[in-house]
Amino acid sequence: MAKSIASEFTKGLWNEVPPFRLVLGLCPVLGVTTSMKNGIGMGLATTFVLLCSNVLVSLLRKVIPAKVRIACFIIIIATFVIVVEQMMAAFAYGLFLDLGVFIPLIVVNCIVLGRAEAFASKNGVFKSTADGLGIGLGFTWALGLLGAVRELIGTGSLKGDVFGMITWDFQNIFGAAFEPLGFAVQAPGAFVILGLLLCAMNLIPSK
Amino acid sequence: MEYIEIIVATIFVNNILLAQFLGNCPFLGTSKKMETALGMSMAVIFVLVMAGVMTWVIFEYLLEPYKLVYLRTIAFILVIASLVQFVEMFLKKSIPGLYAGLGIFLPLITTNCAVFGACVLNIDKELDFLPALVTSFGYAAGFGLALIIFAGLRERILLARVPKPLQDTSIALITAGVISLSFYAFRGMV
Repeated sequence: MAKSIASEFTKGLWNEVPPFRLVLGLCPVLGVTTSMKNGIGMGLATTFVLLCSNVLVSLLRKVIPAKVRIACFIIIIATFVIVVEQMMAAFAYGLFLDLGVFIPLIVVNCIVLGRAEAFASKNGVFKSTADGLGIGLGFTWALGLLGAVRELIGTGSLKGDVFGMITWDFQNIFGAAFEPLGFAVQAPGAFVILGLLLCAMNLIPSK
Repeated sequence: MEYIEIIVATIFVNNILLAQFLGNCPFLGTSKKMETALGMSMAVIFVLVMAGVMTWVIFEYLLEPYKLVYLRTIAFILVIASLVQFVEMFLKKSIPGLYAGLGIFLPLITTNCAVFGACVLNIDKELDFLPALVTSFGYAAGFGLALIIFAGLRERILLARVPKPLQDTSIALITAGVISLSFYAFRGMV
């Protein structure tokens, strides 16, 4: 039992990490990853929604009638999205402004609804918790990585913090002579860099 | 004149797929064949315009006067979900030809972030009724245009020899990047 819970958790971190292995939820992936800070912030907000909705859906899975389950899942998810939205507006206002429309958009993120439908509605509460946390953290590192690559190429530095708790500040990593490539932090760069990262992930075999 | 400007701005300059990154899941999911891309574009144009109008009315006359703005997310998603369901039933009964054409794309639209995102953007920009209507249409048309261009290119790529690690999604994303780059040329027009 303990082993299977651990494996539900770790599969989200590597074997099924969205958006690299499961190509889902691309809008926030492309939209907010102009910096590592925004990527991680978005990832953590999504993790919170994913975790809470997975727990609640799995607790209610025997009560919800099959015919209206999608509508029920969406209401559960929307409730937690509102919680995140209000919390971020109160405690992380800068990040709230940076992420903008993408915070309410967590409600239509296919990953959240996909996990509720494919996993939490069929499994017990402990497994669903592990699954939500694993997929959420996997999504967070993927967004953080994409954000870091784009920020590095686009500005030459890495600077930011996670809710004021952890901060980092690396200026001119490539030396002062490096000319930042603005392309990377603009819209076309998002598509191209994500495509190249996917290609790099494909080169590493999955088990 | 103002409306022409909005249309150009939303279709080309701020294209919802390529510049705002909304609705990327169906962009990659339904673009492998031209047929499905066309079906999806039509369904999005249809639903987005209606959803834009409905959510605007609900926000302006229900949420705002009663100070329920914080319920926006849940209200909008419910409106869109029930609208999609309603449109589906209506089309099935009265216009079966169109229903058969749109087919499975209608239910998929509920979780299409382009629809939800466009509605939220309309409200965030505090547009009036008619501009909101035209903006919704422009976003939807831009979605259709980008999706159809992309589907055409992907059909061509199927014939090309792509290196193995780049195949499928990876090359599709890079192609999307190139299209996005070409749309960049419209910047500064409006």
